[in-house]
Amino acid sequence: MKFGLFGFLFGMWLLIIVGGGIVVTILGPISISGFGEFDWFIGSVIKAIIAIILVVIWILILSKLKNLIFKKEIKS
Amino acid sequence: MIELILPAVASCIVAFFVVFLMTPLLIKFLGKRNLVVKDVNKKEDVMVVRPGGPSIIIGIIASEIVLYAFLQLNEILAIIITTSAAFVIGYIDDRKVMGGWFKPVALAFAAIPIIALGAYDSNLAFPLFGTVQIPVLYLALIVFMIPITGNTINSIDVLNGVASGFMVIASFSLSICLFIVQNYEIAIVSLPLGFVSLAFYKYHKVPSKIFPGDSGALTFGAMYGTIAIVGGVEILAAVALLPAVINSFLFLSSVKRIVEHRQIKGKPVEHTDDFLLKATDDKTAPVTLVRLILAGGPLSEKQVGFAIFKLAIFSGILAIITAFMMGVSF
Repeated sequence: MKFGLFGFLFGMWLLIIVGGGIVVTILGPISISGFGEFDWFIGSVIKAIIAIILVVIWILILSKLKNLIFKKEIKS
Repeated sequence: MIELILPAVASCIVAFFVVFLMTPLLIKFLGKRNLVVKDVNKKEDVMVVRPGGPSIIIGIIASEIVLYAFLQLNEILAIIITTSAAFVIGYIDDRKVMGGWFKPVALAFAAIPIIALGAYDSNLAFPLFGTVQIPVLYLALIVFMIPITGNTINSIDVLNGVASGFMVIASFSLSICLFIVQNYEIAIVSLPLGFVSLAFYKYHKVPSKIFPGDSGALTFGAMYGTIAIVGGVEILAAVALLPAVINSFLFLSSVKRIVEHRQIKGKPVEHTDDFLLKATDDKTAPVTLVRLILAGGPLSEKQVGFAIFKLAIFSGILAIITAFMMGVSF
């Protein structure tokens, strides 16, 4: 097994920590005003869209990391 | 904290011994009804009974009822109801083969009691950076979390003892994390999952006398996911579950759709003449955790299981480090 899978696990862990920081920094301060009682709803929709984009980016980075670490195994 | 010791000890004893004593009876019962499947990783024609889900769910319900008698928490009710619903969904799949979408969709509905009972906090806590308030988004997270944890544990249930052994390591790691973040009540509520898994592992380890089936694996996964939500430790739970997440990620990124394992034609693993497991060269086969472990050469079923347990221990340690990081902020 060598260290490939452990390295991938560690890489995923780092991505979670860094991703968490980005989520708190970007999503945390978002607050919408000027739409009355819909403020919370519009704010939530914007947060949801940003969160989905971040998750997609996270998966793409993970796929690159997977290809990098398991290049030989996946091709075989 | 001291007043929690008695319920903790009582529930752990109930959790362990209910499963430990009930599973042999279940094995006899299932054997008499010929509810058996072939263990494909054995040289001889070995038949193993399934599903072991009934003894697992009874152990969980009994131990959580003991805890509810002491603590009267809505979180315990949420765990009992959601986990029981996951068991029923798994049991239906055990008895009748359902489509690939059945389990994720049904498990999403199983998450509703958590919302209905208000057994969650919509603040999502991250290590080092603090929390973020996502009231509406968090509801979606709850609905997604149970299908993800349920199916993730189900997808790792491929070799003797792996699902239950992995659950022992992941759930005890999560309990330790809950103690570290000082969520003592939910930490104690989470302990029965580890003890139920440990008792079941006794019969599930190589050579298996019983398989958990979908009912057992989904019960394990749904309870784990519910604990993560009611305990507010979603990120820590994800870290402790990483080897199983990797397995699901590798599988999905290679087949590129949600599909049942049995619908995949290409085999990721085959047997050598002396019945060791080895990775295939089949390009149509999905990439899985077991296939990557075997990329270095053939191994026995027991050796692959231990390799997965080593990864589980590594991610459990990462989860514990992350729990300590929760108390630190920039």
